[in-house]
Amino acid sequence: MRKSRLAKFPLWLTYTFLYVPILVVVIMSFNASKNLFVWRGFSLEWYPAVFADGAIMTGLQNTLIVATSVTILATAIGTLMAVGIHRYTRGGLIRAFAIAPALLPDLLMAVGLLSLFSLLSMTLGLYSVIIAHTTFAMAFVTAIVLARLANLDPSLEEASRDLGASAARTFWRVTLPQLAPGMIAGALLSFTLSLDEFVIAFFTTSPTSPTLPIAIYSMVRFGVTPEINALATMLLLVSVLTVIGAQRLTRITDSL
Amino acid sequence: MLLVFVLAPLVLILGYSFFQRGRFGGVVFNFSFDNFARLIDPLYVNVIMTSVGMGLVVTILALALGYPTALAIVRLSPKWRTIALVAVLLPFWTNFLVRTYAWILLLNNAGWINQALQGMGVIHEPLTMLYTPQAVAIGLLYMYLPLMILPLYSSLASQDAQLVEAATNLGASPWRVFRTVTFPMSIPGVLTGCVFVFVPAMSNFVIPELLGGGKTVLIGNLIRDQFLKARDWPFGAALALVLTLLLIALLVAQQRASKRLTDGPEERKVSSRA
Repeated sequence: MRKSRLAKFPLWLTYTFLYVPILVVVIMSFNASKNLFVWRGFSLEWYPAVFADGAIMTGLQNTLIVATSVTILATAIGTLMAVGIHRYTRGGLIRAFAIAPALLPDLLMAVGLLSLFSLLSMTLGLYSVIIAHTTFAMAFVTAIVLARLANLDPSLEEASRDLGASAARTFWRVTLPQLAPGMIAGALLSFTLSLDEFVIAFFTTSPTSPTLPIAIYSMVRFGVTPEINALATMLLLVSVLTVIGAQRLTRITDSL
Repeated sequence: MLLVFVLAPLVLILGYSFFQRGRFGGVVFNFSFDNFARLIDPLYVNVIMTSVGMGLVVTILALALGYPTALAIVRLSPKWRTIALVAVLLPFWTNFLVRTYAWILLLNNAGWINQALQGMGVIHEPLTMLYTPQAVAIGLLYMYLPLMILPLYSSLASQDAQLVEAATNLGASPWRVFRTVTFPMSIPGVLTGCVFVFVPAMSNFVIPELLGGGKTVLIGNLIRDQFLKARDWPFGAALALVLTLLLIALLVAQQRASKRLTDGPEERKVSSRA
């Protein structure tokens, strides 16, 4: 008994370390005082204040535009790339390049893309962030769909072709439905990654079109305010719900 | 598409690092090694040493905290294992600025840790914790601890439990079992975890700024400043290239080491048979 308690001590230490900071933010988001370090009773006043804040709302709107576009683009391109790699290449080089943006330091991708955009004389804005985020999100989609393809039974496609279906019809009716769970997982991952991504967006956007993480960064840099607590709590809730949702969804699609 | 947006940025960074900065920013296409020569400047060597040092400290702390945690998770019942793993991952899926911001609340002079310590009578004057290198280390550890725990967990969970049983039945003490069976088999996981933590901890520039108050300059901050403030892109590119080469070298070393460790015993078996 005493031994098992001792063995569980690191668990308590780690989870305390991981969750106390988050708990502090959540508790302080309900604080009635403007002072961030003194508890003055329960209040919900900071929540409406978040929605009244122009900088936050602009950031949120930009982020949603970027994340939605990135999800669609990355899922489509990433899936096609995975299918192409699976069918037509044997070597690891193209595979490695397709997955590289997911492994390389984000800072390197950020400065590289910034250099590329400036070489092409592109003005920076939301669309450059969309391109930049798609580059690394599609790497994750490709990796996930490739893993799914590796477990696919090729005889199903062969059967479809033998029964007279065209290549396109086979792809739509046989291959894609089998890839769906991987694509959904990839899409969810792309959305969450783009939603949270800071470094690449920081380098590839213009000052006039900040995403939400950039808006938060500017706020935190110029001092902490109670609204950030409320915003952070809401973001936490969204993340938790997305993770739970993704788990449920993959379980449902896997059982199909 | 793939070629343009994946390959081109990398080639550009490689190319830029050999060129020079124009008088008004921009890039002058004069081939030279000047940017790499500038790296030897004590100022920049210092920054690189600080970054490596910070990366090492954070990695060691993450290993010290992560290993016992991963071991404890593996020993839980299957149901609790899943819950414990999700709980490790959940902070990782929450916005990283929010998580860094939380530490500002905790470490501030008037913050929660100081309040708690003063309340307990441990200290009388508030400790200065925010805007120190230690604050940066804590922030980085907090950020990347899950990246240490997960590979450790998967390496520990895939071990054959019968080996531990065999060792125990043959009379080995728990410590000896750990030292001679469990730990050696988990070394690939340890290496993966260390690279996963070391790599991003070294290149992060936001935490040094928000928790270090700009006093702790890491290589990430330097690259950011070269690109966005000094507008010296070629030098920034050279720095980014050095960072990347260092990281690739680490990854290759880790892959080789893991491979040697997993192949090693087989070879020995073969040779002893012969």
